[in-house]
Amino acid sequence: MRRVSKDQKTRIALTLNGRKLAAEAEPRMLLSDFLRHGLGLTGTHVGCEHGVCGCCTVLIDGVAQRSCLTLAVQAEGREVRTVESLAGADGKLNALQQAFRNNHALQCGFCTPGILMSFTDFLARNPHPSEAEIREVLSGHLCRCTGYAGIVAAIKEASSPKQVGIMYLTSTQSDRREPFSA
Amino acid sequence: MAGAQKTLRKEDPALLSGRGRYADDLPVPVGTLHAHVIRSPHAHADIVSIDASAALAHDGVWAVLTGDDVRNMSEPFLAAVKTPVTQWSLAVERVRYVGEPVALVVAESRYIAEDAAELVAIAYAPLEAILDPVAACEKSAPLIHPQAETNEVSVRKFCYGDTEAAFAKADRRIAMTTEFPRLSFTPIECYVVVATHNAAENSYDVLANFQGPFSMHPVMARALRVAGPKLRLRIPPDSGGSFGIKLSVFPYVVLMGLAAKITGRPVKWVEDRIEHLVSASSGPNRVTTAEAAVTKDGRILGLRLDQLEDYGAFLRAPMPGPLYRMHGAVTGAYDVANVEVVNRVVLTNKMPSSLIRGFGGPQLYLALERLMQRIAVELKLDPLDVICRNLVPAAKFPYKTAAGALYDSGDYLRAVEIATGGGRLEELKRKRAAARAAGKKYGIGFAVIVEPAMSNMGYLSTVMNAQAREKAGPKNGAVSMARVNIDPLGAVSVTADVTVQGQSHETVLAEIVSRELGLKPDDVEVVLEIDTAKDQWSIAAGTYSSRFASGTAVAAHLAAVQMRDKLKGIAARQLNVLPEDVELAQGKIRSRSNPDNALPFGRVAATSHWSPVMLPESMAPALSETGVWSPQELEPPSHDDRINTSFTYGFVFDMCGVEIDPKTYQVRVDRYVSMHDAGRILNATIAEGQIRGAFAQGVAAALYEEFTYNEEGAFLSGTFADYLVPTVSEIPPVEILHHSSPSPFTPLGAKGLAEGNCMSTPVCIANAIADALGVADVPLPATPRRIHAMLAESGKP
Repeated sequence: MRRVSKDQKTRIALTLNGRKLAAEAEPRMLLSDFLRHGLGLTGTHVGCEHGVCGCCTVLIDGVAQRSCLTLAVQAEGREVRTVESLAGADGKLNALQQAFRNNHALQCGFCTPGILMSFTDFLARNPHPSEAEIREVLSGHLCRCTGYAGIVAAIKEASSPKQVGIMYLTSTQSDRREPFSA
Repeated sequence: MAGAQKTLRKEDPALLSGRGRYADDLPVPVGTLHAHVIRSPHAHADIVSIDASAALAHDGVWAVLTGDDVRNMSEPFLAAVKTPVTQWSLAVERVRYVGEPVALVVAESRYIAEDAAELVAIAYAPLEAILDPVAACEKSAPLIHPQAETNEVSVRKFCYGDTEAAFAKADRRIAMTTEFPRLSFTPIECYVVVATHNAAENSYDVLANFQGPFSMHPVMARALRVAGPKLRLRIPPDSGGSFGIKLSVFPYVVLMGLAAKITGRPVKWVEDRIEHLVSASSGPNRVTTAEAAVTKDGRILGLRLDQLEDYGAFLRAPMPGPLYRMHGAVTGAYDVANVEVVNRVVLTNKMPSSLIRGFGGPQLYLALERLMQRIAVELKLDPLDVICRNLVPAAKFPYKTAAGALYDSGDYLRAVEIATGGGRLEELKRKRAAARAAGKKYGIGFAVIVEPAMSNMGYLSTVMNAQAREKAGPKNGAVSMARVNIDPLGAVSVTADVTVQGQSHETVLAEIVSRELGLKPDDVEVVLEIDTAKDQWSIAAGTYSSRFASGTAVAAHLAAVQMRDKLKGIAARQLNVLPEDVELAQGKIRSRSNPDNALPFGRVAATSHWSPVMLPESMAPALSETGVWSPQELEPPSHDDRINTSFTYGFVFDMCGVEIDPKTYQVRVDRYVSMHDAGRILNATIAEGQIRGAFAQGVAAALYEEFTYNEEGAFLSGTFADYLVPTVSEIPPVEILHHSSPSPFTPLGAKGLAEGNCMSTPVCIANAIADALGVADVPLPATPRRIHAMLAESGKP
C-alpha cells in the first residue's frame, strides 16, 4: 500500500467518468470535495457530510458509495463515476434520467444526482426490481421537495420489463468489485 | 389527472446531468478565502474573553473576527418590533443559544480555518438558561435581554365583533391548549455566501442562496453601513431547496461582507449540516389556548385565542411574521363574527425562529382544528357535521372575515362533499369499525384550512397599534414584476422577481408567456438568477408565502400581453391590416381574416432592434416589456386593526385514517385524502408536485421532526440521525383531489397551493390520533415514545 504523509499534498490518479487523470489533494480531503473543487465536477452534491442524506453518492468501481465518507486518496487507482457521466455527449438523457423527467421526480434537483447514482448501481445488478426493493434502496436518500412519489414512479418506469436496452451497464460493470476494504 | 401527460420541465435536463448552477458550484475569484464560524457551546453565558492569537499565528489564517469587530464595523439588524434588543452577525458580550456565532476564522482553505478554530480560546461565564416559553414569561425568569426588562417583548390584543356577548349567550364554552413544536424543513443544500468588498467604492458584491423577501436587502445594507445600491446581491440560478429557511442566510451575508472588508479578499462560507441544524433557522413553537362559545348543535358564536409564540433568542426581521401572517384568516374556514385574539411574543434561549413553509398556518390550525374536533367530542356530535355547520357559505364570497381578510372565492361545503363522497368516508368508517371490533386503535381525522397566498407587505405592521403605524408610515400591498425581452433575431427571454428553489417557475413562466405570443414553451428562455444591481425588484420579491401563482405569474402574463399588443401594432403595418385583425399563433404573426397573410414571429419581433424608425407612431420600441402587478385589495391595516393579510385564499380539506400499533405505538397513516381549491391550476404536474412535497413535510411535522433541547438548552437534534427527516418509507400515499373556484381578483384566477398541507396535515393526523385513542391532548410530533407516555399516564396502554 502506498504511504502518504498527512501534511503533504499527494497526487491522486484515478479514472473519472472514463478518463484517466490525476490531481493533488491533501490526504484528509474528502472525495466529495476533491471531485467538486479539485476536479471541477460540481454535479456531485454535499448535503450532510455524515453519510445520511445520500446526495453525494458516486460509483467507485461500479459500487454506489458516499463520497462524503470517502477520502480522495481512497480513489487512487479506482474508477469513479459521477452524475456527469450519465447523459450522452450530445446532452441526451439516459433512460433513468429521462424517467425522472417524465415523472416530475425532482424539484430543486439537489438530492437527485445521488439518487441517480445509487440506482445506476442497483439497476445494473437488479434491472427489474419490485417496488419494495426500489423503496428499500431509495430509503438511503433524503429528498425534501417531492415526497418521493415521483421518484418511485420514475424508477419503476425505468426498470419496467418493457424497457429494453437501457444503458445502465457500462464497461465498469464487467470488473465490478466489492467496496474497497482499505 | 390519471393518464394525463406530465409536463416535461425546462429545468430538468441540466439538473439531471449535474449541470445545475448552485451557489457552491460557481467559480470564485482567485485568492478567495474561506471562513469557518465558531459557535457557542452554551445556551446562555457571558463571553469573558476571546484570545485568537494562536489562531492568527497559524499558517494560512488571515483574520479572526469577533463581536467587537462587528460592533465597530456594522450596525445592528433592524427588527420589525421596536425593543431595546440589539443583534449583530456575531454574538456581542453574551451568547443566548447553543450554536450562536461567536467568532469567524478566515483562512486560505476551509480545512485550515477549521484547524485554526480549535486554537481560538474563548472563556464563558455560564448563566441560567430559560427554554420553556410559558416559564419565560414569568417575572422570576432569567432575562434573555436584560435591557428589555422582560422576555415577553410584544403583546397585542385584538377584538372583533362582540365576543363577550357571544360567550354570555353560548350553550357551552369549550377550550383546549395546544403546543406546536419546533422544526425546520432543512433544505438539502445549506447556506452559501461569497462576499467581495471593493475598497475603492466601499461597495459589496455578494453571492448568496438567499430566497427573499427582498425587504431584507435594506436590513443587510444598513447593517453594512452602505446605501442599498452599494450592496449588490446576486442569487444563483439554482438553489437546493429553501422552504422559507434560506431567508435566514442574511446575517451571514453581512458577516462575510465584513470579513471581506477586513481581509481585502473575497470570502466564501459554506454552511455544513451540523451548523444548519443547530442554528440556521427554526419554525417558532407556539402555545395556544383556544376557547369557543358554541350552541349545543355545534355552531360557533365566538372564539378566543391566546397565542404565545417562542421566537428563540432574537426577534429577527421579518418576525413575528408567523403570528401575524395568518391574522386576517385567524377564523380559518369558518364564518365566525366575534373573535378575540391575544398575540404574545416571547424570547428564550433557543435558535432564532424565522420563515418556514406554512408560516404560522400549522400553529394556528393545530389550535383551531383540534378545538373543532374537541367541540364535537364534548357535544357528542359528528366532527364533520360541526365543521360543515360553521364553514363560510358559498354565497358569501367574496367574504370579509372578522379580522379583515377578504377571501376571494370558494365553495368550501361543496369541496368537502366531493372529498367525503365517492365512498371515501364510508370506507374509512368501515375500516375503523372493523379495526375497533378487532381490538385495534383506529381513528379518523379531519382538517379544513384556508391557505393564504401572496402576503400583504403591510401585515406585519399590525403588530403595532394604529398610532404607531401612523407614525411609522403606511405599509401595504405587494408588487410583482416580470420582464419579457426580445433579442435581435426575435427570440424571447423572460426574467422575473422570484428566486429559484425547485418550484418550476422556469417551466410555468415559459408556458404563460409563450401562450400570449403564439409560441411554444421551448421557444421561451427563462433566466431567473437575480442581480439586485440590474434586475427589477421590490421589497416583495423572492419566493415565499406562495406568491408566485397570484403574483409573479400574473406580472409575467401582463408583460406578455403588453408585448403581444405592441407586436400586433407593428405587424399590422407590415401586413397591411388593422391591429384588431392580427393574431399571434403557431410561431407566426398573421391576419386573423386571412391567415395566409403572415410573417414569422421573429421577423416582426426583431423590428424594434433593426428598424425602430418604422414602428407605428408614438410606439416605444418593443424590446423589453415589464409587467408590474400591484393588487389594490392589499390595503393597509384599518384603524380598528382589520387587515387583509394576503391576496388570494385557497382552501384545503383533509381526511385521514390512522392506526396505532399496539406494540410499537407507531402511528400508521392508513389512508389520506387531500382536497384542494387553489382556483385555476397553472400546471397540473407542478401543482401535484408541490402538494406532495408539502404533504411529506406535514407528515414529518405530525410524526417525526422536532428540534429538541434539554433543560440546560443543549441542542439534541444536531445530525440527520437525531433529527428524523422522513425517507420514502415514512411517507404514506395521498389521494389528491381538486375543486376549482378561480380567484376573481387576478387575470389568471390562480391561487397559491404549496403550503396548504404543511398547515392541514399535522392537525389532521393529530385529530385522527385523538379519535383513535380517545384522548384530548395529542402532543406533536406524535412519536411512539410520546404516545406510549400518553397512554401510560391515562392508564390505557
